[in-house]
Amino acid sequence: MSVCVSRPKLNWRERIYLPAIVGGMAITIKHLKNMLLGRTKVTIQYPEQTLDSEMPEHYRGAPALVRDTDGRVRCVACQLCEFICPPRAIKIVAGEIPPTDRFAKVEKYPAEFDIDMIRCIFCGMCEEVCPEQAIYLRKDYAITGFTREEMVHHKDKLLEIGGVMHGVILKWNEKK
Amino acid sequence: MDYFLITTSLLKILGILFVIILPMVSYTIYAERRVSAFIQDRVGPNRVGPAGLFQPVADIAKLLFKEDFSPRNANTFYYWLAPCLALIPAIVTFAVVPFGSTLFGVPMVIADINVGILFVFAIASLGVYGIVLGGWASNSKYPFLGGVRSSSQMISYELSLGLAVIPIFLVVGQLRLTDVVRYQIDHGWMIAPFLGDWTNPAKWLLAIPMLVSFVVFSVAIFAETNRLPFDLPEAEQELAGGYNTEYSSMKFGLFFLGEYAAMITGSAIVVTLFFGAWHLPIPSWHGGFHWALIDGSGDGWRGILGGLFNIATFFAKVAVLLFVFIWVRWTLPRFRYDQLMRLGWVFFFEIALVNIFITAIILAYYPA
Repeated sequence: MSVCVSRPKLNWRERIYLPAIVGGMAITIKHLKNMLLGRTKVTIQYPEQTLDSEMPEHYRGAPALVRDTDGRVRCVACQLCEFICPPRAIKIVAGEIPPTDRFAKVEKYPAEFDIDMIRCIFCGMCEEVCPEQAIYLRKDYAITGFTREEMVHHKDKLLEIGGVMHGVILKWNEKK
Repeated sequence: MDYFLITTSLLKILGILFVIILPMVSYTIYAERRVSAFIQDRVGPNRVGPAGLFQPVADIAKLLFKEDFSPRNANTFYYWLAPCLALIPAIVTFAVVPFGSTLFGVPMVIADINVGILFVFAIASLGVYGIVLGGWASNSKYPFLGGVRSSSQMISYELSLGLAVIPIFLVVGQLRLTDVVRYQIDHGWMIAPFLGDWTNPAKWLLAIPMLVSFVVFSVAIFAETNRLPFDLPEAEQELAGGYNTEYSSMKFGLFFLGEYAAMITGSAIVVTLFFGAWHLPIPSWHGGFHWALIDGSGDGWRGILGGLFNIATFFAKVAVLLFVFIWVRWTLPRFRYDQLMRLGWVFFFEIALVNIFITAIILAYYPA
């Protein structure tokens, strides 16, 4: 079935184009003028200006490992995050804590903890699944590197981003 | 052998090419990007140097270092020839444009030949060969369509381009562009011929065909330089870039330079024909009010500064027209192809023809 679209009948002003052209040019020059006078709000100039201060609390940036107030890496290498990670960005090699250590009760620690930031999708499932509150998504978003190797965050880098976590459950301390 | 003529001509050619046209092309591209950004409420290139002013250098470095890729089935000879053919006519046309009065007593026009405007049309039309050859030699359908569109567009608009300027030469009586400029200095700019002689009704009447001429000529220049709203040969959205789709690296760069050089030359021709070229009347009150003429004929520093002032005036006028080119490009949508053809053959061609008769009648009734 064909539909006949009725075309609007143009009057002579519309048909000679020129008034419309002049009107259009007036609009564009107005934008140019406002831009030159600084009246137009444009996007921020990224590397110089950032919105870091206005970032919401729930922002999900680069995942990081944290230490507790005793200086111990909170991760116990249970590998739940490695298991849950949808893009399989996390790789953990567990190590054993020697029996003489103060935290021998913990038994395991991450000897290696790599997060491939090329694969990471910032979903936050590692943070959600972690029973030890050891991994957090921080507000770092500018993760750059020249090689694939540089884009893998190793344990020390993760700890550096993470820092120390205060004031949460410290169940591995000796009972007072 | 006239060594003086040869030396001054060479200096003028080198100066015009390397000091004026090529930097002007670079900065027109920069202006295009910046103005388009401002019109669209963006910022545009602002990273390289203060306010992005060294962006052209970065662009050219990028183009030079890119891989120069040729499609396997391209016709190599014509494929290589096309970018040069696109650039050269645009620059060569500038030879007859009087871009200044005199400097050190040397007239500031490279070749003051008596066929002036005919030379412009003859050479400017060659620009289409670069585009058609590029489109055909690429051996790819989008460039081919672009090239074919370009040639048909050129034919349609070259007619009105040529016819639109005839009224001017009816008035001036000479094809030499310096004579056109001289006439405008003596009798007022062509866009407003009454300026030189307020009381003469013929001049007021002449303003009408001159305005029509100006509109038709500038629209034809837009079509000739493949600028929006007539950029059918390149039409990114329809033809994936048109005739230059298969070009990369500096060969693409040459097409780009050619397009902008053609824009500059086109603006220069419009300025010469309608806006008094390098002439800028300065109001003066020495012995009663009159319009003073600044040119390079004074003694010593006066003459040199006057000559430089004339050159600056000319290129300032060109720059204003280039801005209009850019402004129009970022305002108007592209014409459909049948609209473009209709506009060229049914409207502009006829309007230009009638315009010639009107001018002739006015001139016949009011002989100078």
